[in-house]
Amino acid sequence: MGNNFLRLLSGLWVTVRISLISIAFSLVLGTLLGAVMTSKNKVVKVICRVYLEIVRIMPQLVWLFIVFFGVTRLTGANFGGETSAVIVFTIWGAAEMGDLVRGAFQAIPKHQFESSLSLGLTKPQMYLNIIFPQALRNLLPNVINLATRMIKTTALVSIIGITEVLKVGKQIIDANRFEFPNAAIWVYAAIFFMYFLICFPLSMISRAIVKKQQRSE
Amino acid sequence: MNIDFIQKYAPLYVQAAKLTVVIGVIGTVLAAAVGLLCALAKYFKIPVARQIASVYIELSRNTPLIVQLFFLYFGLPKAGIRLSSEACGVIGLAFLGGSYMAESFLSGLKSVGKIQLESAESLGMKRGQLMRYIVVPQAAAVSVPSVCANVIFLLKETSVFSAVSLADLMYVAKDLIGMYYNTGEALLMLVAAYLIIILPISVLFSVLERRLKRARN
Repeated sequence: MGNNFLRLLSGLWVTVRISLISIAFSLVLGTLLGAVMTSKNKVVKVICRVYLEIVRIMPQLVWLFIVFFGVTRLTGANFGGETSAVIVFTIWGAAEMGDLVRGAFQAIPKHQFESSLSLGLTKPQMYLNIIFPQALRNLLPNVINLATRMIKTTALVSIIGITEVLKVGKQIIDANRFEFPNAAIWVYAAIFFMYFLICFPLSMISRAIVKKQQRSE
Repeated sequence: MNIDFIQKYAPLYVQAAKLTVVIGVIGTVLAAAVGLLCALAKYFKIPVARQIASVYIELSRNTPLIVQLFFLYFGLPKAGIRLSSEACGVIGLAFLGGSYMAESFLSGLKSVGKIQLESAESLGMKRGQLMRYIVVPQAAAVSVPSVCANVIFLLKETSVFSAVSLADLMYVAKDLIGMYYNTGEALLMLVAAYLIIILPISVLFSVLERRLKRARN
């Protein structure tokens, strides 16, 4: 029994690893994208917008299929399941992250920029001391929510054949079919609560941050 | 690109799209009903019901739909509850969406200020009148954008149904890829099908939101 639990955990680690790598990439690329999105150039704005909408309109599973089956077929480049998953979740996460960064910057009132400049701060000083701290405060809860969304979405990767927690669960159920015919209900309940135990604390943290900010305002 | 292949198998996609839409719509409507009940229980602070709603919302929001579906489809039969794929899809979608809808409705209800409630009461309005003339119209206007976002989110989530062997769009695409290896055509039709379903709704919703925003200003 203990052994099976460890196996489930190692399966869970596969999805968590995919989400952690994708989240890390998305944070970096999304921040850059967000900076680009605040540009006043119309063409740049439209291109970013189109990218975001194209990524958003399709279910993530469709994107997984396109990269896992389609790109391989079209270009001959052979991605493994995990690589495909990281590519898809990074493209998606970066788009969402970019939109969050853009929103956080645009939520900062114009007078903050103007007053810092009129106080004689240089532009780097203004960004470092005035703008970034405020933007970060708006951003943090949303980024945590995005991370939980990404962790939940990585549960889909079993469909493109990655041996993660759902697959391991199925293996355990099949292996114990005769001794424990009712294992399915316990195994899937365990997986359900594993995801819950990862995502629930994150949601709580994000909510606590929002509450604290509201109180201080 | 093989046009004959597309012509031959497009009807399969049409059929699958119909199934996706029907289950998506039923699931979304049920989700809205569940969400409304939870929001009301929390808004009126009904004892017991309110705690149940809170626990349910956390469980539903912090777990992936695919895990919920696996529990319903593979787990529950072991406890003697046997559900068809379609029933699993509808119940899963309602379970997932209910919490998102509840949060949308609740934030709408809470947006109506205390002053308004007190003024309405001091004008001699009964509780029913207060809800009907003061709270609901304002709450509805506030909730609409996030309810719309939820509807699109839920429609996209229907793509997971293939995991519980529901013959939806993903299922057909995967089948065709596996059987005939016409990956490009199968994926193209998959993308087209989702665009045809989601794009009009997304455009309609953004028009609706813009109207609402203008009406409020």
